[in-house]
Amino acid sequence: MTSYMDRTAIVGIGQTEFSKASGRSELQLAAEASKAALADAGLTPADIDGMVTFQLDSNDELDVQRCLGIPELRWTARAPFGGAGASACLQMATAAVASGAAKAVLVYRAFNERSGVRFGQPGTYQLRFPDFHIAYGLDTPAKIYALWYQRYMHKYGVTNEDLGRYVVVAREHAATNPAAWYYNKPITLQDHQQSRWIVEPILRLLDCCQESDGGVAFIVTSVERAKDLRQPGVRVLAATQSHLQGGNIMFDYYRGELADFSEIGAISKQMWNSTGLGPDDIDVALLYENFSPVVFMALEGHGFCKPGEAKDFIKDGNIGMKGKLPVNTNGGLLGEGYIHGVNNILEGVRQIRGSAANQVPGAEHVLVSASRSAAILGKL
Amino acid sequence: MHDEDFFWEGVNNNQLLFQRCNECNTLRQPPGPMCPQCQSLNWQPHAAKGTGTVYAWIVSKHPNQHTDEHRIVALIELSEGVRLVSNLQDFPAEQVHEGLAVEVFFQEINGQKLPQFRPARAGV
Repeated sequence: MTSYMDRTAIVGIGQTEFSKASGRSELQLAAEASKAALADAGLTPADIDGMVTFQLDSNDELDVQRCLGIPELRWTARAPFGGAGASACLQMATAAVASGAAKAVLVYRAFNERSGVRFGQPGTYQLRFPDFHIAYGLDTPAKIYALWYQRYMHKYGVTNEDLGRYVVVAREHAATNPAAWYYNKPITLQDHQQSRWIVEPILRLLDCCQESDGGVAFIVTSVERAKDLRQPGVRVLAATQSHLQGGNIMFDYYRGELADFSEIGAISKQMWNSTGLGPDDIDVALLYENFSPVVFMALEGHGFCKPGEAKDFIKDGNIGMKGKLPVNTNGGLLGEGYIHGVNNILEGVRQIRGSAANQVPGAEHVLVSASRSAAILGKL
Repeated sequence: MHDEDFFWEGVNNNQLLFQRCNECNTLRQPPGPMCPQCQSLNWQPHAAKGTGTVYAWIVSKHPNQHTDEHRIVALIELSEGVRLVSNLQDFPAEQVHEGLAVEVFFQEINGQKLPQFRPARAGV
């Protein structure tokens, strides 16, 4: 292996509760989650010398440093974009540790995304007016992305009821995950089909992720150091990004065939090449879904089924806990909470450790995909 | 100064303009300072015919406000090969289909003149 991968591990994870009104500052959420990650790893603040978060995170690195009493930071980086950068945070932390730029990197993401600035509301995306999208009525993420999903659903004959079959599984997983917002609240396909339209005939209410308050954090250090720490280390086998010519994070309308999420295919190729693994080696897939159709595009893009076949793959029972490929075992961002996809990395760690609420027995390889960034986690 | 200023000046004059590279003639949309094909900074506005077809579409409507007037938002593939997000008017939402032939017109919406599309008249 020629890459810098395979030399780092995730050694600690921490999170707050996921709610609709945290009642405390975003900085406090970041600090609480980070403190929990340190305790989980058995590390002290003085062990941390790097930090990574989202470009969109409101919490200044130095404020988090001050809260935690970290003496000195030597590495900071921020992942661009929104949720598409979730696994890019891990790549940045991994690159820093593997290169020697930092010894242990704290990654955090914390926000009051329901009680504070809501992502799902019109007006959150401040662009100049007129523009090429919002002026025409694409004023919420549901509408912005639905224009793209429409092409996918049209091309492959996917119906909203097909989407519902994924949501039922995600909510089944959330129902048995005590940390999930929808703990103890499974739904039926009928419940899904009776929820109100958000963008008819593409998305219903239950196809949309949560707007959540909460914080999550994890710590990346070297494989050598990981062996001496409190928890079974989780090796980072791959963590990478893919951004293709002509693409766009939110308004991805301007190139080629929109029914195929090209970046997912490209990022898979990178990861299968660098690890020697393939789709059949993945025991659990955590697939970022701000809206349910992404799961379908991701199942196909990563090669778990052929283009257009995700609806049948799901219908045939493959993505449940007893299926061939359990998907979003935490309930996903629809069921557990939307901490911008970073909560899926924590679930990946728990699956490899064997400590997940919905544990897949003997899980050895977990894919954590945010479509334009993705990672594969494995045992130390 | 923004890269798309020419586009809105065109719209205000009832013209649909796209950037065309002076070096390799490639059209681009959305606007940008450099040609993605040949990296030339030299371009000029090209007046589009204003005809195209529907590639994808949704109905934009506030889910909680049933009195809200809906708009069909369509991704239009123009005859010149570039795509543009716009609205489709004078056509029932349930009958929109891929490949529907459309033509541009201009209308002031919320105080701003915008390119809009309607089904192409026969012979256009």
